[in-house]
Amino acid sequence: MTLGLTRVDLPKGAATREAFGDALAEAGGADDRIVVVDGDVNNSTYTYKFKDKYPERFFNVGIAESNLIGVAAGLAGAGKIPVASSFSVFLLANAYDQIRMGVAFPNQNVKLVGTHAGISIGEDGPSQMGIEDVSLACSLPGFTVIVPADGPSTAAATAAMLQREGPTFLRCGRPSVPVVYPGAADVHIGKANTLRDGDDVTIIANGIMVAMALDAAEGLAEEGVEARVVDMHTVKPIDQNAIELAARETRGIVVAEEHLAYGGLGSTVAMVVAEHRPTPMAFVNIGDTYATSGTPEELLTKFGLTPDAILDAAKRVLKD
Amino acid sequence: MPQTRPAERSELPGIAQRLRRHIVTSTTAAGSGHPSTSLSMVELLTVLYFGGVLRYDPSDPQDPHRDRFILSKGHGAPGLYAVLAEAGYFPTEELSTLRRLGSPLEGHPNMCRLPGVEASTGSLGQGLSIGLGHALAGRLDGSGYRVYVMLGDGESEEGQVWEAFMYAGNHGLDNLTAIIDHNGYQQTDAVDQVQPLEPLTEKLASFGWAARTIDGHSLDEVIEAFEWARTTKGRPQAIVARTTKGKGVSLLESAPGKWHGKPLPPDEEAKALEEIGAAI
Repeated sequence: MTLGLTRVDLPKGAATREAFGDALAEAGGADDRIVVVDGDVNNSTYTYKFKDKYPERFFNVGIAESNLIGVAAGLAGAGKIPVASSFSVFLLANAYDQIRMGVAFPNQNVKLVGTHAGISIGEDGPSQMGIEDVSLACSLPGFTVIVPADGPSTAAATAAMLQREGPTFLRCGRPSVPVVYPGAADVHIGKANTLRDGDDVTIIANGIMVAMALDAAEGLAEEGVEARVVDMHTVKPIDQNAIELAARETRGIVVAEEHLAYGGLGSTVAMVVAEHRPTPMAFVNIGDTYATSGTPEELLTKFGLTPDAILDAAKRVLKD
Repeated sequence: MPQTRPAERSELPGIAQRLRRHIVTSTTAAGSGHPSTSLSMVELLTVLYFGGVLRYDPSDPQDPHRDRFILSKGHGAPGLYAVLAEAGYFPTEELSTLRRLGSPLEGHPNMCRLPGVEASTGSLGQGLSIGLGHALAGRLDGSGYRVYVMLGDGESEEGQVWEAFMYAGNHGLDNLTAIIDHNGYQQTDAVDQVQPLEPLTEKLASFGWAARTIDGHSLDEVIEAFEWARTTKGRPQAIVARTTKGKGVSLLESAPGKWHGKPLPPDEEAKALEEIGAAI
C-alpha cells in the first residue's frame, strides 16, 4: 500500500506492529527482566515472536484487558519490565482505570504497546480503531507517548523504550507502511527528527502521516514552497525546542496525525505554540467523528488524511 | 532475608486491640475515613503480620524475597496503616496525621509514599490482578515468596476480580492467597441485597481455587487458615472470612449500612475505646 503517496518514492516497509514484534523479541535476549502480557492477540500484535523465543516469560491472560494491566503492574512491582500489548483501543479504552491506578499513579515501569491504531486498519471498522488512544495516554501524568512513523523507527523506539525507566505507550499500526528512515533510525525519546529542511512552513507529523508529510513537502516544493518536515515521534514529553524553532524560522505550522482532533499531537503542539511563540497553524486529523469500514486507502481519503490535505493546509497557513 | 515476626499467641489479642484503637482514633482525628471496613479485618491483619504468616523486614521494605500483602479494598487504609505502624514501618504517632496534607497516610494507600504499601489501591477490583503479577514473577524467578491479597465482599462484584480468579485458578498459582473480608455490607446496603455473592466458596472452587470459609474474628481459626493456605499446593487459596463490619464498636456494629465511610464523632470516641479495651 502506498498510503496515497504520489510524489515521493519511498521504499515499501514492514508494518510498525511487525517491527515492534521483531525488536521486542531481540530485546528479550539482552534483558531477561522483559516479560510480555498478552490479551490473546499475539499473532496480531506480533508479540508471538517473543513468545516463540521466551515462552516462560510470556503470559497470555486471555481476553481480559483489565486483568492484563493489573498483572503487568504487579510484574513491574516485582522488578520485571512488562510489555502489555493488545489493540491500542482495547488497552487504553477498556483498561483505562487499571492503567491509571496500576501504572500511571504509582509510576510503574510498564510498557503499553497498542497496535491497530488509527483508521488505517481498514475493514474491521470503528470498534477496533484506536483513535482516542494518544489523547488518553497523554492525559496520564508521567506517561511517555511514542507514535513512530515506520519500521526502522519503531524498532529503535522499542529498544529505547525498554531501556528507559517509566510508564510508556508505544502506538503501532496494522498496515505495512513506507520507510522514511532508510537504514537504522535514530530515535531519542523526546527529541524530534527533522527529515527535510525548509524555511517557509513546517509540517509536524507522526505515525503514518510522516511519509505523507514528505510527499506533501515535495508537492509544495514543486510550487516553490520549502516545507520543513518534522517527525514528532514522541508526543509526550513533546520536543518544545523543535516547535519553537519551527515557529520562529518558518511562517506557520501544520500538524498531521492519524487521530481525533482533541488531545493528540495537534493539541500538544498548539499548546507550546500558544504559550511560547504564536504562529499560524492548521491541523490535519480525523476530526471529531468515528470512521466506518472500508479499505485503508478509502478511509484515509474519506477522512482527509492525505498528502494533498497536508499540502492544502500548508497553503492555508501561509495565506494567514 | 525477611522473616516472620511471630508474637506469642497470648499477645495477639492485645495487638488486635491496639489496631482497633488506632483505627478509631486516626479516623476520628481525621474527621473522615472508613473505620468500620477497617475494623472487620483486624484479626486477619494481626495474624498476617504477627501470627507468623508474612515474612517482612520494615528496614528493607523492597527486599525482593519479601512476602507481599496487598490491600485491594483500599478504603480499609486505616487498618493497613495501623498494622504497618505496629509492625515498625513508621512510628505509631504518625497515625494521627491520617488524611492530612503532607502526610503519606493518604485517604487510600499510595505505594509511592509509604513503605510497606505494595499497591496503590482505592479504585476497587484491581488488587488481585496486581497480586497475580507478583505471584507470576515469583514463580518465574523461583523465589519462594508468597502473595496475600485482601478483598472486600462488595468489591468482589467487580468483573476484574473474576478475571484474576480465573487466571490464577487455571494456572495453579499456589503462591497466591486471597482473603475476602466478608463483612456483609457495602456502601448503601447489605451485599445480599445489592448483589449476593453466594455460594462464594463454591464459586471460587469452580474457578480452580482451594477455598474455605472461616470466622474472621477467631484468631485460632485465622491462624489455622493461613497455615492451611501456606501448605496447600497446586492451587491458589481463598479464605472467605465471615466478619462483622465495625467489629468491636457496638455503635458501628449496630448499623453497618449507616456507618460506611464515616468516622466516629469525637463524643463517641471515648466510649468506643472503652469497649475495645485499654491498650495492652
